[in-house]
Amino acid sequence: MGEMTFLLASPLVGAVVLALFGHRRYAAEVNVAFSALTLVAAAVLTEKVIEDGPAILLWEQFFVDSLNVFLVALTAFVAMTTSLFSRPYMRIEHAHGKVTDAGLRLYHSMYQMFSFTMLVVLTTNNLGIMWVALEAATLTTVLLIALYRTHASLEAAWKYFILCGVGIAQALFGTILVYFTSEKILGPGVGALLWTHLDAVKGQLEPTVMSLAFVFLMVGYGTKVGLVPLHNWLPDAHAEGPTPISAVLSGLLLNVALYALIRFKVITDGALLAASDGGIPFASRLMMGFGLLSVVVAACFLSRQKDIKRMFAYSSIEHMGLITFAFGMGGPVASFAGLLHMTLHSLTKSAIFFAVGHAAQKAGTQMMDEIRGLMQINPTVGWGLMLGTAAILGMPPFGVFASEFLILTTAIAQQPWAAPILLFALGVSFAAIFGKVQPMVFGETTAKRLPHPPALVPVFTHLSLVLMLGLYTPPYLADWYRQAARLIG
Amino acid sequence: MLHFLSLHAAELINLCASLILLIAFAMLAQRKILALINLFAAQGLMLCVSTVLVAFVSGQAHLYWSALLTLVLKVLLLPWILHRLIRKLNVKWDVETLFNVSTTMIVGIVLVILAFNLVQPVSQLAGAVTKSTLGIALASVLLAFLMMITRSKAVPQVVGFLAMENGLVLAATGATHGMPMVIEFGIALDVLVGVLILGVFFFQIRERFDSLDTRHLEKLKET
Repeated sequence: MGEMTFLLASPLVGAVVLALFGHRRYAAEVNVAFSALTLVAAAVLTEKVIEDGPAILLWEQFFVDSLNVFLVALTAFVAMTTSLFSRPYMRIEHAHGKVTDAGLRLYHSMYQMFSFTMLVVLTTNNLGIMWVALEAATLTTVLLIALYRTHASLEAAWKYFILCGVGIAQALFGTILVYFTSEKILGPGVGALLWTHLDAVKGQLEPTVMSLAFVFLMVGYGTKVGLVPLHNWLPDAHAEGPTPISAVLSGLLLNVALYALIRFKVITDGALLAASDGGIPFASRLMMGFGLLSVVVAACFLSRQKDIKRMFAYSSIEHMGLITFAFGMGGPVASFAGLLHMTLHSLTKSAIFFAVGHAAQKAGTQMMDEIRGLMQINPTVGWGLMLGTAAILGMPPFGVFASEFLILTTAIAQQPWAAPILLFALGVSFAAIFGKVQPMVFGETTAKRLPHPPALVPVFTHLSLVLMLGLYTPPYLADWYRQAARLIG
Repeated sequence: MLHFLSLHAAELINLCASLILLIAFAMLAQRKILALINLFAAQGLMLCVSTVLVAFVSGQAHLYWSALLTLVLKVLLLPWILHRLIRKLNVKWDVETLFNVSTTMIVGIVLVILAFNLVQPVSQLAGAVTKSTLGIALASVLLAFLMMITRSKAVPQVVGFLAMENGLVLAATGATHGMPMVIEFGIALDVLVGVLILGVFFFQIRERFDSLDTRHLEKLKET
């Protein structure tokens, strides 16, 4: 219970402190310190759940089980490494005159607030609060995307706000419908929106209402996951905001939104079980459809990109599609692979954004045609980008290979029609991304040195974790994934 | 008076809901920004009245608080903020040229029919008092959505966004006798913070483009 309070209090206090002092000289270090505290709390909480099993805390308003505690740990970890990366990155931006003091204060404060809202979404037991926190996560990042106040960044932030606002309104309607059917069984009041209570009576929930609710929830939270055709905000928001924000949006926010969807899928599947005739459950069908469409469309758009952050944003859409598809297929193996891929995608994609951030700062542009010869000016950034790209494309020793292989083999066994489509999309994206990254890394350049040394520890920490997960999954981690996969069903 | 209320509460709730839908249509056709904000306030007022009526019929005390929240936020605070904004931005007397109002209206009617059909199976499960409000609520959400699509100025888009939220609150009070209070407060807080952020945003957009026309914001496209 103490850890839970601490986990949420740390980023909240951090947000307040940094709102006052976020422009001072040591603000970046304070930001790192608060993120580190959050990580410690998350680690203790995780340890506890592994030992004692799931727990319901603080007047039933919060609960942790193996599914969300793994995402809590991942979120706290990536938020911490990103704060390490953001320290030199934002200093360089400040030195280049792209952000003002007030901008820096806003940035640091909202960074902590964003961590806070994501942790609330992950740990809350109340589906209404989950919605409120996810909307708050959008609000905290809107002003960050517009931080540079350029034409493109204002446009990206506006699009992000309006599209996600509309999307998430649909999710609220879905949540209201869920409450509509659950209050008939659980009685009116907060109890009828608690996930643990709903999970206990999911068989009695009205199937027609639940399926209608899930459609709205799929559209609503799917917008935040960045699923096609609701993905339009994602490439713009990733490309125009500061790179640390691109890293946390891609590595964390998309996961958190998908987590919200998965919680509802579990209940919907339970409610429709009695009504279904043994075929593929309704929620699964919907998730597989959206997932597959995202993989294919994103793969096709990859080769047309000119901006490096936009390209990797499309790659995020592709991977989120793949994960959604895996959860849609369901079953122990596919859900296991989905969870593993969620972890690996977060780690790899944020590492890539770290490397891309420094590469773009060096070249002074995000246009891929103008970034050349990273190997020559800064071999570590060059290697970081090259290895990160190899990892995200699913090259063998890296973990992504294992999770993609699992997803593909399960697809061949369970949904054979989808396997060739997935293979085709993965092939197309391989060709597109590899063909563009290769000349950026090798080749000639005339770029100057940066005013602050880049942060490369986070890049290689993430990549070595991804490599480790590809070669060897520790038994407790595998157990943990298996338990979480069983929860998803 | 009370006797009359308890006899005709269901009709009165339906009347309020229909007025909300009617205002949603009026917003769709309204070209003056100032009038649009007033319409939004009127919609909030109708929402407040219908919440009080539902509270009276169902005896759910927390709905009175919910009505008070709607009154303070939707009828007083948000319109006040918006009025201030348009005065400061000098767009108070702006008149928008709208794309083919009659076509928009027909699309709106189609959306209403769609909404009623969509919630048909659900409405049957609802209590007698609130049978048709769910359909009306979804219809007003969709109409607000349509308004956001057809408008090109930033302030009307935000009013559309807020009107969408009105529809959602109507769904919550009509179909379920209100979400728990904690959540209503959370939603209200999100909406308020959202509008404040957008207020900051308007100034940034104007500073950069000398106009609040979101057609300037259409450069980021796939080539």
